[in-house]
Amino acid sequence: MRYLPLTDTDREDMLARIGVSDVDALFSDVPAGKLLKSPVDLPRAKGELEVERILGRMAGKNTAASAVPFFVGAGAYKHHVPATVDHLIQRSEFLTSYTPYQPEIAQGTLQYLFEFQTQVAALTGMEVANASMYDGSTGTGEAVLMAHRVTKRRKAVLSGGLHPHYTAVVETLSEMANDEVVALKPDVSAQEDILSQIDDSTSCVVVQSPDVFGNLRDLKPIAEKAHAHGALLIAVFTEVVSLGAVVPPGAQDADIVVGEGQSIGNALNFGGPYVGLFAAKSKYIRQMPGRLCGETVDSTGQRGFVLTLSTREQHIRRDKATSNICTNSGLCVLAFTIHMTLLGQTGLARLAEVNHANAVKLADALAGVEGVTVLNDSFFNEFTVKLKKPAAEVVEVLAAKGILAGVPVSRLLPKAGLDDLLIIASTEVNTDEDRAALVAALVEVL
Amino acid sequence: MLNRQGRPTQAGEASHEEHLTFTGNKALQQIEPLIFEIGHHEATGVDIDKPAPFKSRLGKHARQGEIGLPGLSEPETMRHYVRLSQKNYGIDTGLFPLGSCTMKHNARLNEKMARLPGFSDVHPLQPLSSVPGALDLMLELARYLMTLTGMPAVALSPKAGAHGEACGMMAIKAAIAAKGEGATRNVVLVPESAHGTNPATAALIGFSVKAVPARPDGTVAVEDVKALLGPDIAAIMLTNPNTCGIFEPQIVEIAAAMHEAGAYFYCDGANFNAIVGKARPGDLGVDAMHINLHKTFSTPHGGGGPGAGPVVLSERLAPFAPVPFIHVENGKPHLIETRGEAPAGNQPFGRMTAFHGQMGMYVRALAYMLSHGSDGMRQASEDAVLNANYIRAGLADLMSLPFPDHPSMHEVLFDDEWLKGSGVSTLDFAKAMIDEGYHPMTVYFPLVVHGAMLIEPTESESKAALDLFIATLRDLAIAAKGNDKERFTSAPHHAPIRRLDETRAARSPVLKWEKPAPAKAAE
Repeated sequence: MRYLPLTDTDREDMLARIGVSDVDALFSDVPAGKLLKSPVDLPRAKGELEVERILGRMAGKNTAASAVPFFVGAGAYKHHVPATVDHLIQRSEFLTSYTPYQPEIAQGTLQYLFEFQTQVAALTGMEVANASMYDGSTGTGEAVLMAHRVTKRRKAVLSGGLHPHYTAVVETLSEMANDEVVALKPDVSAQEDILSQIDDSTSCVVVQSPDVFGNLRDLKPIAEKAHAHGALLIAVFTEVVSLGAVVPPGAQDADIVVGEGQSIGNALNFGGPYVGLFAAKSKYIRQMPGRLCGETVDSTGQRGFVLTLSTREQHIRRDKATSNICTNSGLCVLAFTIHMTLLGQTGLARLAEVNHANAVKLADALAGVEGVTVLNDSFFNEFTVKLKKPAAEVVEVLAAKGILAGVPVSRLLPKAGLDDLLIIASTEVNTDEDRAALVAALVEVL
Repeated sequence: MLNRQGRPTQAGEASHEEHLTFTGNKALQQIEPLIFEIGHHEATGVDIDKPAPFKSRLGKHARQGEIGLPGLSEPETMRHYVRLSQKNYGIDTGLFPLGSCTMKHNARLNEKMARLPGFSDVHPLQPLSSVPGALDLMLELARYLMTLTGMPAVALSPKAGAHGEACGMMAIKAAIAAKGEGATRNVVLVPESAHGTNPATAALIGFSVKAVPARPDGTVAVEDVKALLGPDIAAIMLTNPNTCGIFEPQIVEIAAAMHEAGAYFYCDGANFNAIVGKARPGDLGVDAMHINLHKTFSTPHGGGGPGAGPVVLSERLAPFAPVPFIHVENGKPHLIETRGEAPAGNQPFGRMTAFHGQMGMYVRALAYMLSHGSDGMRQASEDAVLNANYIRAGLADLMSLPFPDHPSMHEVLFDDEWLKGSGVSTLDFAKAMIDEGYHPMTVYFPLVVHGAMLIEPTESESKAALDLFIATLRDLAIAAKGNDKERFTSAPHHAPIRRLDETRAARSPVLKWEKPAPAKAAE
């Protein structure tokens, strides 16, 4: 077996040194009858070539985003990632290291975490950011729990514009912990009356912008009302590229900001691994979940970085910890921070501008198609259209024509009576030809 | 003396034979500033054309003013991160015996497979008709995990070990609620030796935690568990092999006692690498167990993730598995994504995460499993256990074993009894290992022994590598007991940086770069 260095001679010599006759003597604590006598019923070892064939066949059955006109978003986005990013994250010293428990030989990881935290804080307009969560949805769940700790209240109000998967994650966590959740109905018009839901028992209000339907939301009045009642505003985003073009949540007085960072540096990966961004006002820092990297000095006075404030964490505080999170999204953080370093604010602003321009072009073109109504007043790179036929059916027909047209709202919210709605994203990867193909196909199908 | 960045190039207390350099660099060891110190706000490493003029639809939401982020050109970016990488120790660098973390070889075939466009470049919400191969892969991974564990169901979506723990414990909570015992069964037993995520997870979802004492031999006794059982007990969270590196000899009796009392057995599978193909959790009475794909199945650790934590479930818990899951009907797979779509007999407790979990890690884990095969996985576990016991045999006369009565499984635990009176601590010893070119073992965990040193070599090490490791630790141990305190207390001497002041970092946290205030003219 190519991965195992020991030879049979080595094994014999080592058993002799240990003083046992065979390896099963080392498994003597396994209860009688429970030690397997032979390998389990699965195929035997295979060479690289055979593994490549098997997995290549599976992969070949899937339609890759790059292969077709592609407009699917709703929480994960197809973007171009510079070649430098994937090269660097595969360097051995990044790929095969672990959580930097020994900072003297992990300054590479620690320094990029510190740089990442600084980048996320700047992007969101917040004072501090942590070293990442698993993804945006689990980060949102953790943000709600954090708000409960800060306010010592247990009721969260969720906007109907929150991604339905995120809503489900928060509801699951809350149900388990016996916390209250008020989830507003999905509302494509973004006209929901969230302010009237906020009262003195509210711990937090969770609002996504751009919301799942693509609408840009004004967070400031919500922050004001929340603060007047001693509640926190948790601002959520699923498209981090939007922060290159829109007012950041920090400037609208959000208390906690959480979002999905996949768009920068990370592939679609059929849903994971992704990277959760998590930022807050610094006064809440000791209630934050997750790893934090901080600056310090070594015994000679040289600057260095360490994981810090770990008295919040599970390995110290156990059942009193702020979260159970341990391993998070290290390598996805690295991909994010390298891509963000390449972009800089200049490149990010340009990238955001191109995304917005492409979405505007597409929305304008679709507005001219009979049977299509664009529903958004404002949007960034994603918007929702109403079709005269069920969106899921239209998407299937277009998929058969080699166009991946978007996400039917019914995929996220079955039986919600929103079957005619389609969420469409257009990023920098789309060409004029892609858009023309989508428009032509819709004209034909509707 | 200051270098060009205005920082001290070296230390007052550094040895006098060291030659100072103008830059502060030491050949391949380079001081690398932060991107905020070398980048510029107008610089960028990407070329994106400005779009033709268009009418913005951002409305009043358009950003005003600068973000405040520097950029770097592509060559500068490359050099920055390559230099940072050179300050890191990885498995590819050398022996990485970090106990309970299973730092085994990361095959690049797995990376290559995960990057096939059919896996990496597919969207979680594109029509399912366009991703049949993705569902095939998930089903195949599930089959491997169920076969290896002898369990009838698996929830794939949890994102890492602790997230898997939460998933398993939520399934238990849902099963208890379904029996109408939700109000009364709310205590979870957790041994003192458990990883911190166990009690943190139990508390996260509304259980209170009661500690099970560790026996003097490092195992959990069924009598101690029975003494705590009652109508309030929901479950036990037990790691097996446990955090002391011992297979729990009474695990079957403990499982039976839990079931008899109407409670469940959650097994922390962090140490599954010791028993893959050798023993099946399903045969031991386990109700739920997460599997850290990044440990046992070598989807890389990546500097702290991403991981993946699928949870295998018993027949009793399977109906409560969260969405999404794949339901096979008439040989056709259907992805069930919402509670409302669940077929009869299923009562999913909810959703752990957006989308379908860590697909990129599933591919890597399956590539590992296909490569090893059932024979190779069994051999890997045997070798992992053999390697740990070989290290134990090589060091037991010099270092102290707190639990000598049981063979070690894939990791061997020493305490600091043998360092008593030497003036050298476990931490000092670990830092001296850095100077010798090793990543230290896990230190001060588990908490049940004093000054713990938990060594997990994994199956990836050759006998020659182990022999040198043992010889090195013997040399260090003799020095620690001798008069060579300096070698330890001020270690590491040869790392890119000297020992870091963690207290200072926590006392006044600096968690991001701030633009330095302009220097005062008078200074």
